Amino acid sequence: MLRVEGLHSGYGRIEALHGIDLDVAAGEIVALIGANGAGKTTLLGTLCGSPRATKGRVLLDGADITRLPTHRIARMGLAHCPEGRHIFPRMSVLENLQMGAAFGDPRHFAGDLERVLALFPRLGERLHQRGGTLSGGEQQMLAIGRALMSRPRLLLLDEPSLGLAPLVVRQIFELVARINRDEKMTVFLVEQNAFHALKLAHRAHVMVNGRITLSGSGADLLSNREIRAHYLEGGAA
Amino acid sequence: MATAPADPAPPLKDAVIDAALAGLVAAALALPMLGFHLEDGTTSLTLSPHLPRVGLAALVVAGGRLGLTLARRGLAARRAGRPGRLARLGGRLSGTRLWVGWAMLLFAAVLPLLPFADRNLIDKATMVLIYVMLGWGLNVVVGLAGLLDLGFVAFYAVGAYSYALLAHYFGLSFWACLPLAGLLAAAFGLTLGFPVLRLRGDYLAIVTLGFGEIVRVVLVNWGDLTGGPNGLGGIPRPTLFGLRFAAYAPPGHHTFAQFFGLRFSPEHRIVFLYFLILILASVTNLVTLRLRRLPIGRAWEALREDEIACRSLGLNPTTVKLSAFATGAMCAGFAGSFFATRQGFISPESFTFMESAVILAIVVLGGMGSQIGVVLAALLLVGLPEWFRELQQYRMLAFGAALVLIMLWRPSGLLSGRAPTIRLGERT
Repeated sequence: MLRVEGLHSGYGRIEALHGIDLDVAAGEIVALIGANGAGKTTLLGTLCGSPRATKGRVLLDGADITRLPTHRIARMGLAHCPEGRHIFPRMSVLENLQMGAAFGDPRHFAGDLERVLALFPRLGERLHQRGGTLSGGEQQMLAIGRALMSRPRLLLLDEPSLGLAPLVVRQIFELVARINRDEKMTVFLVEQNAFHALKLAHRAHVMVNGRITLSGSGADLLSNREIRAHYLEGGAA
Repeated sequence: MATAPADPAPPLKDAVIDAALAGLVAAALALPMLGFHLEDGTTSLTLSPHLPRVGLAALVVAGGRLGLTLARRGLAARRAGRPGRLARLGGRLSGTRLWVGWAMLLFAAVLPLLPFADRNLIDKATMVLIYVMLGWGLNVVVGLAGLLDLGFVAFYAVGAYSYALLAHYFGLSFWACLPLAGLLAAAFGLTLGFPVLRLRGDYLAIVTLGFGEIVRVVLVNWGDLTGGPNGLGGIPRPTLFGLRFAAYAPPGHHTFAQFFGLRFSPEHRIVFLYFLILILASVTNLVTLRLRRLPIGRAWEALREDEIACRSLGLNPTTVKLSAFATGAMCAGFAGSFFATRQGFISPESFTFMESAVILAIVVLGGMGSQIGVVLAALLLVGLPEWFRELQQYRMLAFGAALVLIMLWRPSGLLSGRAPTIRLGERT
């Protein structure tokens, strides 16, 4: 479904990605793990056209989206949940969800809302509350729910566990698994929380300094010695 | 509501020391200013010391400072318990905005019929309404889309000059020019919008400030077309379906008074202009309220909240920003052409930065994005200075003091907080 070929990208003259190749097949959860500054968020940004790729291609179902403006890429079904959630704090939860459906067929709105609220009952309880007054976990749910409202083909999640309590992190990851299983949603997940991400993912890649150094199934990587040493020390609770 | 923990009130000793310090500073300042009196002797000027006045000034300042500190402590203690009266009033008003709005409209509609409504009052009310309309227009740009525009008066000027020039050179009537003026102003809004698309916040403010000045400077210097600093006079007055508001009509035309068999009175025109701006402003309000509920309005608000999120949801920030600029500018264009027809004379003098500042102050004081807040703030900022002309040179002082007080008590505007644009009924 998503195919990345020899992707280079960076900020100004500093190159952050030095040739990334990966692909995500329909129905999969693919995780990308790596340390701070490895280029994970840059990769997700580049998929969405910001920053622009300097070399290489991004294909979505065979269509080249490398040079499209960000909002066009979003409308092609690539829903990006940016790092730090980026919900609309002064708008109500319902309005936030509605913004997610801004470009969908309005006839789908009621049904999609129903679906998202079934996934995240907490949002239903807080429908008229301002987004900014939600707890961190609820905001993350709102960000994912908002992305789902656009009926994406591929969901890009950037650090959904950022700044959340361990219990809430587990909840969020369970929800991601459910979205993948029940909704057949393809998910590309970028995480620092390697343990949870690898447990969840069908396949995973490890990124170091702008290059993918290791790839394999989630279970394989989870038992890999090197990975355990570098990313799972003490985290495997 | 997230309330910062009120800093513990300073003990009385601190307050006294603080006041004494203020008094000392006042004494030092007052010594050269009040301490000596220049006396005009027969042969020469002599300086005579006048120390009691210095002491008095120092005492007044120290006492005032002490009083202020104590009053602050009292206020802080009270506010910790319950919201201030003004805050509660604001809350009540925002809770029942709908009927407050209708009541205001009703009052505005019957205002000219009320016994105390003389020509002067209606004239001032017209002026206030122009600013209400401008405020609503700017509210779209600043309040909803969050784009700080310091050059809004440029669009007002474009509207006014479009009408004046079209009437002057092509003899078009007010009614033909009104939509044209709006469109031209919107076109200018787009023109400004394009180069500033990438800017936000302070940077945007500076560029729009420059744009406002450019328009004014062009108006001043393009003497051949705009009459330069002398302005344009003889701008035709509006008619009511061809009926003129004048003592006599040229052959083939009727005056309003003739047609309705009334005795001519210059007040007819004043009242007509009042109703005209009332209708224009109401339409502006209706349209902007409606736009808020449409996807484009929500997109404006979303853009204000988070541009990155907007983009990742498939919103094109370019179109969203440009549409906000154009909509706001169009309102200003309508208001501008009304202004031109009301005054009958316009010059670049009327479109200085001060106007932009007042309009922006109306939006900010009213509470960004609040429609009724704009009305209250316009009454306060435009109405009060007009009514308090008797204060003469202290007028602007009172004006400034009012602004400071409002920002102290209601830092987010008179009526802050926004109502969601959609709600669902109770879900079953």
